[in-house]
Amino acid sequence: MTYTALAGLAVPLAIALDRWVLRTRLTSTSSWWLAYAVIACFQLLTNGWLTGRQIVRYDAGAIIGSERVVAFGDGRLAYAPVEDLGFGFALVLAACALWTWLRPRQDDE
Amino acid sequence: MLAFCLAGTLPLVPLYRLRVLRQPRRLALAVVLAGAPFLAWDLWATHTGHWHFDAAQTLPWRLGGLPLEEIAFFVVIPVVSILAFEGVRAARGETSSRSGVTRRARQRDAG
Repeated sequence: MTYTALAGLAVPLAIALDRWVLRTRLTSTSSWWLAYAVIACFQLLTNGWLTGRQIVRYDAGAIIGSERVVAFGDGRLAYAPVEDLGFGFALVLAACALWTWLRPRQDDE
Repeated sequence: MLAFCLAGTLPLVPLYRLRVLRQPRRLALAVVLAGAPFLAWDLWATHTGHWHFDAAQTLPWRLGGLPLEEIAFFVVIPVVSILAFEGVRAARGETSSRSGVTRRARQRDAG
C-alpha cells in the first residue's frame, strides 16, 4: 500500500473512532475543529521545515508527487507531501478523542 | 521542532489553568493508545522505504530503525494536540476542570 492510500484510509478510520467507536463526537464540535485548524497551520510550518531541509525524504513511488522537494505543487504543500496532512489529522483526532473518552467519571455530564 | 511545539503549547497550561498535566495516567494512556498505531505505521513505512531520515541531521541513536526523535514525536504530538484542544475549550469557557463542572452541575441543580 502506498502512503497515499494509507493516509486516505487513516482519515475515515480516525473519524469512525471518534464518532462511532468512542462516541466522543469531537468532529461535531467547533472547538475541536478550531484547535485542529491551529494545529494544521503549525504542522505546515514544522513539517515544512523537516521536509524542506530534507531531514525526512519520501519515496516517489509512495506519494502523489515526485522526489522533487518544492514548496508548492507536485503533490506537496509547504514542502511536505499532502499525505502528511492525512497522517496528522488522524493522529491529532485519535489523541483528542481518546483523551476525551478517558475523562474521569465525575466529569461525566 | 519538538521543542518548538512544546514551547508553543506548554504556556497554555498556566495561562488557562489546564488540568491536563495533573492527570498523568489519563494523558499517558491517551498518548500510548493514540500513538501506538501511528508508531507502527511509521516503523513499517520506514522499513518499506516510504520515507527515510537523514542520518546527518538526526541523533545517531536508532530504535527499531527510527531516530530517537521520531519516537519522541509520537509522545510530543499527541500531548501538544491535547493541550491545544483543551486550551481552545478553556478559552471558550468549556473547561472540563472539576470546579467548572461542579459549578455547572450546581447551577443545574439550583435551576
